[in-house]
Amino acid sequence: MNIYVLLKQTFDTEERIVIQNGEVSDDGVKYVVNPYDEYAVEEALRQKDIHGGNITVISVGPDRTAEALRTALAMGADDAVLMNDDRIPADEYSISRVLAAFLSNQSYDLILGGNFSVDTGGGQVAVRLAQLLGIPHISSITKLDVESGKAKVLRDAEGDTETSEVTLPAVFTAQQGLNEPRYPSLPGIMKAKKKPFQNLTLDDVGLSLADITAKTQRLSLTLPPARKAGQMIQGDPAQQAASLVQLLRTEAKLI
Amino acid sequence: MSQTYLVVAEVRGGSLRQVTLEALQAVSQIKNQDDLVAVALIGSQITPLASELAGYTQGSVYVIDRPELETYHPELYLDALQIVMDKVNPEVILLGHTAIGRDLAPAVASRLHGGQISDVISIAKEDGKAIYTRPLYAGKAFETKQFLEGPQVITIRPNNISAAATVPTPGDIVELEFTPKADLRSIIKDVIRKTSGKVDLTEAKFVVSGGRGVKSADGFKPLEELAEVLQGAVGASRGACDAGYCDYALQIGQTGKVVTPEIYIACGISGAIQHLAGMSQSRVIIAINKDPEAPIFKVADYGIVGDLFDVVPLLTQEFKKVLV
Repeated sequence: MNIYVLLKQTFDTEERIVIQNGEVSDDGVKYVVNPYDEYAVEEALRQKDIHGGNITVISVGPDRTAEALRTALAMGADDAVLMNDDRIPADEYSISRVLAAFLSNQSYDLILGGNFSVDTGGGQVAVRLAQLLGIPHISSITKLDVESGKAKVLRDAEGDTETSEVTLPAVFTAQQGLNEPRYPSLPGIMKAKKKPFQNLTLDDVGLSLADITAKTQRLSLTLPPARKAGQMIQGDPAQQAASLVQLLRTEAKLI
Repeated sequence: MSQTYLVVAEVRGGSLRQVTLEALQAVSQIKNQDDLVAVALIGSQITPLASELAGYTQGSVYVIDRPELETYHPELYLDALQIVMDKVNPEVILLGHTAIGRDLAPAVASRLHGGQISDVISIAKEDGKAIYTRPLYAGKAFETKQFLEGPQVITIRPNNISAAATVPTPGDIVELEFTPKADLRSIIKDVIRKTSGKVDLTEAKFVVSGGRGVKSADGFKPLEELAEVLQGAVGASRGACDAGYCDYALQIGQTGKVVTPEIYIACGISGAIQHLAGMSQSRVIIAINKDPEAPIFKVADYGIVGDLFDVVPLLTQEFKKVLV
């Protein structure tokens, strides 16, 4: 089975955001594999354990993204592709076109990605890609079983659980609860250094700039106003509860 | 030249979702006077809601009512929506940033070769052009965006834009035929409705949230009782989910959901930065925690240092007194 995992490198979720000269500063920031994409990598490894095959991790991003792909290789993926080209705009339309251009020349059974990225959080690329490749998608899955060309999945739909059956090839996006991602092992990290790693540009996938024109554009960036600590409510628990409800009525006027 | 705005309506538990009315309000914020509005109402046994929906817009409400559309299905809903799109040729399509909207919107945008701005929380108009504000890093920062070219797809985050008011002359209702294709590549076999009758977390006006301090799955009981009295929803921190006290569907934070209720009650939650990202845009934050040094108190409007198992049931009683 040929498995492709879409991967994005993001800030660690523990990072604070600092804006400098109108941009998010990455000074001293720790980068990680987008947590939802980690589930996708882990799921690919589990499916390969059962069905055999090959796992390719693919990302669109700058040089530093190689580190996230190496992490996936160290977890056990077989090879990596980095679409590394400054001309690719940070727009979901453009990114999905680039991925589709690459994947349309590959043979794939499963394409896995995260439900969304914890940075820009648009949640678009995987679903767009399925459309561009003309294959079905199921987003936000919490269980995946593959058998004779079909996948049986559980999907989390705002807390409801749906059971679906899909004919492969198909795109799936991972929700929390799908699995528990492994940590790369030391031998895994050593092996990762020798695994195939391709750096590609737009020209390599036969795209011109006109094919990937951005459809949206960022205008500005701001931080939310800092919240101030309010008041601590004193007394025994019964007094605290009564005072709080009283304050919500008279001060906050929300009850 | 006039443009057409298409709002994709959503129904949950037999009622129109609030976010649909918020999307209609968003349209009235961005549209020019001579622009047209249309609404797509797609589902099963949803025709009775068409006249209610028409009461909120002067535009036409296009209804596709088929038993096959009872549960959201990516291929079927996209095909059904395509029939409405063929009818009205929209330049701008708006959906809720909900389970359905998040799934359907990128498929629509891709099919139209258009752009999409997801999870919009407010809209401004500058020099006749719409500017959209949306969160980054789940709300640790915000960006404004604009469309550059082509069809536009927008998803609206629930609870952030005020709902549309009723209009004096309701729009007309147009029922459209739709024959679902037979050769579907995916089939929904079964749906377990764990949420029926419950308020959706992202749309709730009140959220009662539990962390590691809740200690067990049973520990969520008092929180559920409080949420019920408030007609709100129960949420959780990553710590509580990782510990197996509750389903990941409840998780609030940078991984998980972002909520913006009127009142957020954090019970036994320390307030890790990744959790704060998911709730700090709430209007009023209340924190209940044993540890007076917990970072959650730094963002809370009202803090109670105490044991949640003492405080929460008492709070439930107090709310009952004033709400009944």
